[in-house]
Amino acid sequence: MGQTIVQKIIAKQCGLNSVNVGDVVEPQVSLAMSHENAALVINQFSEIYKGLNVEANVWDASKIAIIFDHRVPAESKKTATNQKKIRDFVAKQGIEKFHDIRGDEGGICHQILPESGYVMPGGIVVGTDSHTTTHGALGAFSFGIGATEMASVWALGTILNVEVPATIKVIVDGELPKYVSAKDLILYLIGKISAEGANYKVLEFHGSTIRNMTTSGRLTLCNMSVEAGATSGIVPPDSETENYLRTVAGYKGELEYILPDEDAEYVQIVEIDANKIEPQIACPHTVDNVKPISEVEGKSVQQIVIGSCTNGRLDDIKIAADIVRGKKINKSTRMLVFPASSRIYQEAMELGYVGDLMKAGAVVMNSGCGPCLGVHQGALGDGEVALATTNRNFLGRMGNPSSEVYLSSPAVAAYSALTGVISNPNKGEN
Amino acid sequence: MSNVIYKIGDDISTDIIYPGRYMATVLPSETPQFAFADVTELNTMLNQKEKSIPAIIIGGKNFGCGSSREQAASTLKGHNITVVARDFARIFLQNSINLGLNTVICPEIEADENDELEISETEVKNITKNKTFPIIPLPKARQAIVEAGGLIPYTQVKLKAKLGL
Repeated sequence: MGQTIVQKIIAKQCGLNSVNVGDVVEPQVSLAMSHENAALVINQFSEIYKGLNVEANVWDASKIAIIFDHRVPAESKKTATNQKKIRDFVAKQGIEKFHDIRGDEGGICHQILPESGYVMPGGIVVGTDSHTTTHGALGAFSFGIGATEMASVWALGTILNVEVPATIKVIVDGELPKYVSAKDLILYLIGKISAEGANYKVLEFHGSTIRNMTTSGRLTLCNMSVEAGATSGIVPPDSETENYLRTVAGYKGELEYILPDEDAEYVQIVEIDANKIEPQIACPHTVDNVKPISEVEGKSVQQIVIGSCTNGRLDDIKIAADIVRGKKINKSTRMLVFPASSRIYQEAMELGYVGDLMKAGAVVMNSGCGPCLGVHQGALGDGEVALATTNRNFLGRMGNPSSEVYLSSPAVAAYSALTGVISNPNKGEN
Repeated sequence: MSNVIYKIGDDISTDIIYPGRYMATVLPSETPQFAFADVTELNTMLNQKEKSIPAIIIGGKNFGCGSSREQAASTLKGHNITVVARDFARIFLQNSINLGLNTVICPEIEADENDELEISETEVKNITKNKTFPIIPLPKARQAIVEAGGLIPYTQVKLKAKLGL
């Protein structure tokens, strides 16, 4: 029996020829990523070494990445002190894949990793962030873990007691209609299989729609795979992956592709006709409460958020700029834009998108997680409604349990900023 | 035996268990005060509860979905809570095992607030309702971490072997 891509990656990282679903293994980690919660990882890491009478040093500093993104610049003395503690640790351990609060190389961890060439196809990436699933877009097995588990990885270089997951094959064929994007596709899938439809499983994406999709779109798909409960999302690498790694990430070395076997065994197959998908909206307060936009149109929104690790890349900002260029954001709403990285911000400036957005009335913030998780900037007032391109709409997610968050694509969010209500850009003049 | 102090619904996210705005507080000794901070009634109950008395929260399906923040597990452990739920989201369950928060997977659980439960290795007995519900045991791989007393001691054993200590 053939193997899925994740089975083959795990086997390789364990030095085995094959693994079966359900096997318990201890694979080598290719990259271990943390953000500000490295402060807790450092604490747990020192706990592991307590009483061992050896110096607490990480297994391989070159395989650890730390990116400040959740609260940048720091919103409180507590955060600032955590960040200081992490900087000291980074310096002591010689961690070079460290991205501080900077306008040249800063940004959101799930954008920094791919654009910096830190993620390679066929590797295992773990991160102390649930959206670490993002990096499956480049053909890596990539998943979120907790801080104590990361401390264990820092000490050992392996991840203990991994149970080889079963895989759901998602086949998407056809062409996504105008103003329908990877975001609509993943929302549609989550609505179809539910928030726990892929619990403990991997979503492996196939079909002509995926083959024709840019890496940016694939990052969006894999990013939100966790919202269906998936351990990871993954796209088998292809020429688009190579193109991204060479031109965007600037990677010059050898590339090794691991692909699923033709006769791999899948626990479930989901087929989707891309031609039939209309813009999708995830309604409060669960991400699987997904409705086609026709059922939600007209809902008043007071805040539009475009950005995050889900939809803050250059193509997302471009489509928003294209929609609002020369127009004005409705007086009844406000629009916040958070580019996913400083590099994307700079590109968006050079291409004039930042100016277009600002002239229309948007506020373009520095790169970071911003209001997505309600820790920093962009809080909602009691009874207010947000339409965001982010990934979660849980009760209280944007910092106020008396508010509501709807999720959409950048095109829908930008067009709705003009009207002040949830609106389908296909009905506009654009 | 302990009592159910609260019953909560399906898809309880880690944003509800431990809101994002408290994420800069990381140490297990400091996180308990913010447990369910936006569910005021439950937060008050937890903060007024005598820590030495164990108590049970009943969850629905997909308990602990969302963010990987480990504070969601440490905040409940700090209040000596056992969570009995129909099922759990992956990262939250793993974090609970790693930190030693008692989590019980009980797909058919029926229990209300103030019910008295007796939890064994195989079943949850609702003494108040005189009904018994089977438990789905943790996978063996995770059981080993529980038996070691959490991931830190479990890793220590592995690390000592690796370093030849």
